[in-house]
Amino acid sequence: MLRLLKIEFDKLRYNKASRILILTYFILLVLIALFAVIKFDIGPVKFHLAEMGIFNFPYIWHFNTFVAGLLKFFLLLVIVSMVSNEYSNKTLKQNLIDGLSKKEFILSKFYMVLAFSLISTAFVFVVSLALGYIYSSYTEFSIVFTDLEYLLAFFVKLVGFFSFGLFLGVLIKRSAFAVATMVVLFLAEFISWSIVSAYNRGTDLADSIYQYMPFKSLWNLIDEPVSRLSAVQTLANQIEEDISYDYSVHWYEITIVLGWSALFIFLSYQLLKKRDL
Amino acid sequence: MEQSILTINNLTKKFGSLTAVKDLSFTINKGNVYGILGPNGSGKSTTLGIVLNVVNKTSGDFKWFNGNTSTHNALKQVGAIIERPNFYPYMTAEQNLKLVCRIKDVDHSKIDEKLEVVGLLDRKHHKFKTYSLGMKQRLAIASALLNDPEILILDEPTNGLDPQGIHQIRQIIKDIAAGGTTILLASHLLDEVEKVCSHVVVLRKGEKLYSGRVDEMINSHGFFELKTEKKKELISILESHSNFSNLKIEGELITAFLNEPMSASDFNKMMFDKGIILSHLVKRKESLEEQFLQLTDENEINQELGKLN
Repeated sequence: MLRLLKIEFDKLRYNKASRILILTYFILLVLIALFAVIKFDIGPVKFHLAEMGIFNFPYIWHFNTFVAGLLKFFLLLVIVSMVSNEYSNKTLKQNLIDGLSKKEFILSKFYMVLAFSLISTAFVFVVSLALGYIYSSYTEFSIVFTDLEYLLAFFVKLVGFFSFGLFLGVLIKRSAFAVATMVVLFLAEFISWSIVSAYNRGTDLADSIYQYMPFKSLWNLIDEPVSRLSAVQTLANQIEEDISYDYSVHWYEITIVLGWSALFIFLSYQLLKKRDL
Repeated sequence: MEQSILTINNLTKKFGSLTAVKDLSFTINKGNVYGILGPNGSGKSTTLGIVLNVVNKTSGDFKWFNGNTSTHNALKQVGAIIERPNFYPYMTAEQNLKLVCRIKDVDHSKIDEKLEVVGLLDRKHHKFKTYSLGMKQRLAIASALLNDPEILILDEPTNGLDPQGIHQIRQIIKDIAAGGTTILLASHLLDEVEKVCSHVVVLRKGEKLYSGRVDEMINSHGFFELKTEKKKELISILESHSNFSNLKIEGELITAFLNEPMSASDFNKMMFDKGIILSHLVKRKESLEEQFLQLTDENEINQELGKLN
């Protein structure tokens, strides 16, 4: 495993485009901290985001993993290009001739997916912990370390998303087309979901079907955190709108995404095995 | 018994309705230099692709060494370059070779030594994309040699190179062969195979026409090229003599093909005894090119006859 990771790491580290994307991603993760300084102070309207409780433990775990989840697109580009470049440089062929098996090839890419996801999760953990200790109203140990399942959900979400990207990279062999395909698939899923839910207003039909679809299942892992903010809740109560919502991470959501990940990796392998290079 | 490195049995590959390799069998033994010879599209690269794990076979099988290791592990003891040199363009020669070392599970210590062999040591810190085609090809050879392979496989190694590049590559191949490494060289260039190889497999449209030693490719004892004043007498002697199977007369030049060994001096003596004085006598063997054309022609004629029957 270490050998495969080293091989992959070497391929990435000398590639300027990948380096820049990875760096951008991690800088943006740190920039989550900048939410803290969002501060409007226009006469009577005072708005300081950090003081609205977004950095309170344990809510911060939810909020930060959600926001960090939006940045995963940068790493997707790295993942897709690290697969498609092997095709365009024909280095995949050379790797196999040099004695890498097709299984090892897919595994090395998958290990990289795991590594990226793990590092991102660790990064978000550290950034959130720091922000929390600076801004949170509560810093008792037991409160700080509740709701850590959001980190697990974040990790699984990245693994699922990147595995999807990996599969499309193997399938389509061109980064730009692979990413475009992903966007098209997303739109297809989103639009069809909108139609189904529009025709079944008032029922859970659309959601109960689409929770098994790739994008919706990824989205479901970490629910949007904004409506959970106490300020927003208060507002909602005032206008008597019930937005109460189940925010927690469910094991079946994790299972569905892990199922997709396994399927994507398996299909990538099958595809590579069947293909003549 | 000779130690076999690669055994191919009844290998077939179909691309849709096209059969690229048809029921091909041959064995590569240790220590020889093999050529796979055939025109473009005869299935050379496909055959190599199959044994190198990048093309899936349709039927038949092959085994590396004694057949006890998986193909990808066997490939770690093989050095191969097929078609174009493929490396990561953004990495330097050294970084690329380090990566190959990782894949093959060998130590980095050989990198400088092998770059020296191909004369690229002074360029090792330059990026691959800055290399000329000849340099890329030489880097590919260095990469294939990193593990001191049991066998070196080269597919059209001089394709697209300028004469100097071709010369350099051929010299490198000869040096490697002289060191005792088994080599399998696929080429459509006859003189390349003739210059480098001891054994040859000839392919045409995916089928094997011949496999064996280069010098035994056609059971030939060579031929005499003759000129004399007394042309008619000479022809009648040659026609009646059992050593000659075939005569070709082009103007003044008579070509007599031998079906039994005979030295030029014996022949000269015999002619002299019969009162014929030769003004021109050359004994030659068919070049591989002539043999190859003869082989492919014969096959074509046989096929045509087959159709008629």
